[in-house]
Amino acid sequence: MSTDNARIRELSSQAYKYGFVSDLESDAAPRGLNEDVIRLISAKKNEPQWLLDWRLKAFRHWLTMREPSWQNVHYEPIDYQDIIYYSAPKPKTPGPKSLDEVDPQLREMFGKLGISLAEQERLTGVAVDAVVDSVSVATTFKHKLAEVGVIFCSFSEAVQNHPELVRKYLGSVVPYSDNFFATLNSAVFSDGSFCYVPKGVRCPMELSTYFRINAADTGQFERTLIVAEEGAYVSYLEGCTAPMRDNNQLHAAVVELVALDNAQIKYATVQNWYPGDAQGRGGIFNFVTKRGKCAGAHSKISWTQVETGSAITWKYPGVILQGDYSVGEFYSVALTANYQQADTGTKMIHIGRHTRSTILSKGISAGHGQNTYRGLVKIQKGATGARNHTQCDSLLLGSQCGAHTFPYVEVKNPSAQVEHEASTSKISDEQLFYCRQRGIREEDAVPMIVNGFCREVLKELPMEFAVEAQKLLGVSLEGCVG
Amino acid sequence: MLDIKNLHAGVEGREILRGITLRIEAGEVHAIMGPNGSGKSTLAQVLAGVDTYQVSGQVLYDGQDLLAMTPEERAVAGIFLAFQYPVEIPGVGNLYFLRTALNAVRKQRGLEELDAMDFLELAKERMALVEMDPSFMNRSVNVDFSGGEKKRNEIFQMAILEPRLAILDETDSGLDIDALRTVAAGVNALRSKDRALLVITHYQRLLDYIVPDRVHVMANGRIEQSGDKDLALQLEKHGYGSYEQAAMGPGAKT
Repeated sequence: MSTDNARIRELSSQAYKYGFVSDLESDAAPRGLNEDVIRLISAKKNEPQWLLDWRLKAFRHWLTMREPSWQNVHYEPIDYQDIIYYSAPKPKTPGPKSLDEVDPQLREMFGKLGISLAEQERLTGVAVDAVVDSVSVATTFKHKLAEVGVIFCSFSEAVQNHPELVRKYLGSVVPYSDNFFATLNSAVFSDGSFCYVPKGVRCPMELSTYFRINAADTGQFERTLIVAEEGAYVSYLEGCTAPMRDNNQLHAAVVELVALDNAQIKYATVQNWYPGDAQGRGGIFNFVTKRGKCAGAHSKISWTQVETGSAITWKYPGVILQGDYSVGEFYSVALTANYQQADTGTKMIHIGRHTRSTILSKGISAGHGQNTYRGLVKIQKGATGARNHTQCDSLLLGSQCGAHTFPYVEVKNPSAQVEHEASTSKISDEQLFYCRQRGIREEDAVPMIVNGFCREVLKELPMEFAVEAQKLLGVSLEGCVG
Repeated sequence: MLDIKNLHAGVEGREILRGITLRIEAGEVHAIMGPNGSGKSTLAQVLAGVDTYQVSGQVLYDGQDLLAMTPEERAVAGIFLAFQYPVEIPGVGNLYFLRTALNAVRKQRGLEELDAMDFLELAKERMALVEMDPSFMNRSVNVDFSGGEKKRNEIFQMAILEPRLAILDETDSGLDIDALRTVAAGVNALRSKDRALLVITHYQRLLDYIVPDRVHVMANGRIEQSGDKDLALQLEKHGYGSYEQAAMGPGAKT
């Protein structure tokens, strides 16, 4: 464990000390995508034949697909042949080159947030699986978890050490043919995290993955798979940061969760990928497919997300409520400032009887930001007694931004109860004046009011994440006030 | 402490304050009474720094040009407005809000910020002043508070922030007699030789409990008459009618 920690610290402090683009010598695939690149990725990772076949099947299917255009976001077409699909840091890293590459503002921002790998790792009881570019560099606390039978490792390691589990569950929630970006991910995914909690085990600590996009022009294609066996419990935290780049970078991840009878999975994300600059240049394109399956009766899956980064966010973490009496939850804060665009929401698919879902979405738009909630609640024929409650609240700051809500409801069982509430509000002059009369400056009052608006969602986050998320909201709003 | 000279204020060309002159010294309690629409609340808002009015004239606060200060600078300088309609801030805990305010003010004054524990002690002590239920501490600021609870909360905030000049804008409105006594007792506990109070009210009733040194009658944007506490009693008997007529006399705008 201590060597793993030392390794994380070494890599992370290097990254921050010498600028956000760490000069890790990359072991990269040639630019572009074809079957040879996929074979190369698979070979680099020493994968079994079945996995290569799965990748190739996905790739061939992807070639027949078209990029979706229904979402309420606008961007220049992505040249998929101009992306490097595999980049791994070499184990021995040479010295850094220069600080000048990095925008001091960005480093200042990360300083303000006080988040770094080293700090995350120091948080008591949090196990970190650090993903720098495409390869999981080190996994901490692995041994402690192993004592109770929890497997927590990089996806690549899981393929090597637990191929039967990976083979059983990979693609079982998000099939390789699911959608354009998930299919691309299935073909080229490089690494990610894997977690397996055996029957009856309550995972003794919060698990955390910390992603970073580091090398230039590297698409990042993570794949995360979490399985909770009967009666198991796990809480998983995912944090994302990325360095500043002038070119937009593609991030197309897939997360699959499987909860068997009476199992519970909580999955929390705080996403602050680089959002682009104040003029809307640069930033991450975040096209992510996240889905959980409540496969067993009385199982429960909760998604909590705080999305403040990325130039474009396209994600709909959903739950397939297959087991009777299973529960799906989605708590979301999405903030768009400057020229950021977000089209995000959830899908709750009720299949089992007496299944319940809760959706609570808080969208904040500032500057020229465009914020769209898009949600699907589907009650299948057999879902007797299913219930859903949806609440979508939007907060507008300024007059140039936009908030949009697209709720889709499909009900095929007459016993279902589906409720939808929506509101749109502004921070009022009265609220601001009240704060200022009490001595609180406007630039402090606005983040306070925004945090208040998000409180119901933030309280779903584990403590240390909630604190980070609050700071993040404040930082993201800087320059949008007044 | 506060020296108002020929203060005018208007909105969209409509004049609401039409030359207010008023001087308040430390330790004094002044009451401003008057009918609805006489400009009482506008005066309170202009003193606190609401920027929707066109303002002219002069206001000196401890010799400083008050009208040139931002609302938060006025708060730091010790001006407190108990709002007639306290504002709701959903999701922001009452205590958190107040600690943020107190620490913002303390920081500007060069004092050490209070940590959560010390602040909690202070809050408990001051809540007792207005007999406020501790359950209000963690509720969102003014959200789902009754009218009376909101007014208590204003005085509680005043007790925490310890202003030098407190302006109470119709703090009695919406209070039943028991709540009125409690709030008034809280205010009286905060009276001191260093602190001035400007109490704005429509009814004499409040002044039975918060006894003023001076009473001013306002009508149509002017102070029509000033006197001691007996003036309030006369008003109670005769109403505001004569002032309104006087102000509506030749040359007055309607």
